[in-house]
Amino acid sequence: MGTLNELLLVFPDPAPPLLAQTLDLSGVRWKSVGNAAIAMQYEPVDGWTGAVVCADDDPEGAFTLCRTLRKGDSRVESILLLITGAQLHDLEDREDLFDDFCLTPFHPKELEARLRHLMFRAGRAGSPEVASYGELVLNFETYQAAVSGKPLDLTYMEYELLKFFVTHPGKVFTREQLLSRVWGYEYYGGARTVDVHVRRLRAKLGEENANLIQTVRSVGYRFGQSRWPGATPPRDFR
Amino acid sequence: MERQNEYVLRTVEERGVRFVRLWFTDVLGFLKSVEITPAELQVALEEGMTFDGSTIEGYSRIQESDMLARPDPNTFELLPTDHPETAVARMFCDISTFSGEPFEGDPRHVLKRNLERAREKGFTFFVGPEMEFFYFGSGVTVEPLDTAGYFDLTAHDLGSELRKQTVLRLEAMGIPVEYSFHENGPSQHEIDLRYTDALEMADNVMTFRLITKEVAADNGVYATFMPKPITGAFGSGMHTHVSLFEGDVNAFHDPGDEYGMSKVAKHFIAGLLVHASEICAITNQWVNSYKRLIPGYEAPVYKCWARNNRSALVRVPLSKTGKNESSRIEFRAPDPACNPYLAFSLILAAGLKGIEEGYQLPAEATDNIYALTDEERTAEGIGSLPGSLRDALDAMEHSALVAEALGSHVFENFLVNKRREWADYKADVTPFEIARYLGTL
Repeated sequence: MGTLNELLLVFPDPAPPLLAQTLDLSGVRWKSVGNAAIAMQYEPVDGWTGAVVCADDDPEGAFTLCRTLRKGDSRVESILLLITGAQLHDLEDREDLFDDFCLTPFHPKELEARLRHLMFRAGRAGSPEVASYGELVLNFETYQAAVSGKPLDLTYMEYELLKFFVTHPGKVFTREQLLSRVWGYEYYGGARTVDVHVRRLRAKLGEENANLIQTVRSVGYRFGQSRWPGATPPRDFR
Repeated sequence: MERQNEYVLRTVEERGVRFVRLWFTDVLGFLKSVEITPAELQVALEEGMTFDGSTIEGYSRIQESDMLARPDPNTFELLPTDHPETAVARMFCDISTFSGEPFEGDPRHVLKRNLERAREKGFTFFVGPEMEFFYFGSGVTVEPLDTAGYFDLTAHDLGSELRKQTVLRLEAMGIPVEYSFHENGPSQHEIDLRYTDALEMADNVMTFRLITKEVAADNGVYATFMPKPITGAFGSGMHTHVSLFEGDVNAFHDPGDEYGMSKVAKHFIAGLLVHASEICAITNQWVNSYKRLIPGYEAPVYKCWARNNRSALVRVPLSKTGKNESSRIEFRAPDPACNPYLAFSLILAAGLKGIEEGYQLPAEATDNIYALTDEERTAEGIGSLPGSLRDALDAMEHSALVAEALGSHVFENFLVNKRREWADYKADVTPFEIARYLGTL
């Protein structure tokens, strides 16, 4: 189910034995962490593929971690929460902290199915060659991008920049970060080039979608909705 | 490069592209295109396409007429079309010899070489041109849309509609537009391109001219970048806004200076003023260019700078407070019929020379320079731009700066070509002479 650069975050540490066994059998690479600080420390370069957070023993610790994973810099897009039936009322007003939940004791097949579904929706495991945000879809295999089914005519660098944005939504990047992550070391000019390409991308995305790439004053750029409190949650994220 | 090539090949396949146009530019700035099919694309990307260079103006060299056009995959772009089933894409090419050396007669290479020199000094060169042009009924006679034959359309304003279509097509091709509006002359329009680095902008100017002409042709009219098509009306310029960046810092900006200008900016302007006459044959390369550079039409004539004087050769636009990145200078001589690769090369070379040599910037021209007498101007040390193509060629011929920046191949070919143009013009008996002399002499 997983590929080499995918790593699932699991809470708590150590992981409950049945959970560990189920994940191992499904072929997922995972790492158990005890708190947000450790999660940050072990975060892979491309971010966590997702998280399975078990709230059985330490509900406070579990929800705190979920909150951090939602709002910190190392945002995790797919969080599967494991809780007991007696804890169901704890979910009230915490709907934003998880993407799906599964009652414990869980059936291994159910957990696996829910996880696979979650990964599919995040565009990582089910169809790893595609990423989307709202009406925007990128196909990594064919290098094609489309908005509402209408293909975008992009140059290579525009495509690479858009790909980076779509795979890192909601996070603010400085021009320097974008330069080094998207252009790499071959690039010799100043960060002004990022502005130029962002302007070109906005032009090609069209008026209705130009605001997908937002300028964050005196910092850099953010693709899509902010992950900060007070901002509208990324409802249309698939 | 491999991933870029793969991107191009894959996109051609996915989008059903039928033809790929390989674009390059001759020494005069005319766009040349070789069209290939997708089947030939991979070889073209890996090895380049062979073509006969002796047919291209300024390329000719009998001993090595076969050359290679090597597409730059970073410039791969689909051309806007109403017929997606026959999609056409384009790529700009670098020209090389068979031994793999960059061809020194290739204007794109000339600009790359000059940008490399700036880069060695830590500078990136940004350019934003204002493109002016006219719409006429045809390319045969001067027939503005808003005065001749199209009166019924003025309420609707066909020209503005065309300009709107042009802007949309430019944006679709990733050429962002800053402003566009109806200019002073009848049927004259202006589209200002948002700054980019100079190489991309030179490519953009080439694309811009084609798209503007195509949109006009699609609507049964003609767009021209001729510098001065109508006697007694404003000409078309290509005021060129330039700035140098050192990394992320605008090297032209100094908040502590009374003009907001850094030393680098002042030396750069001084360089432009000192060398303006030498580079003029390139920034204004046609006999007709010099009919624009006369007093009375906001075109520059005298070599001076100012902040708010639109007849100055170099204008320093007021930079918005706190926006140091917008600090720039505006060089007002070039016209839109220039070769942008060569023009940007020489603007940069003249400015860099000013920085290298620490040229001192003369005082700002505050008076109306046109109102001064020749003697007063001389006393203030304000010279004029060449009055004709011939004067400009004379100034260029003796310029070590231009010879070095262009390279000997382009330098010599250009001079030969333009001396011929001047000789043809000189031998021509003009309508002016017939009208003025035939009946009286």
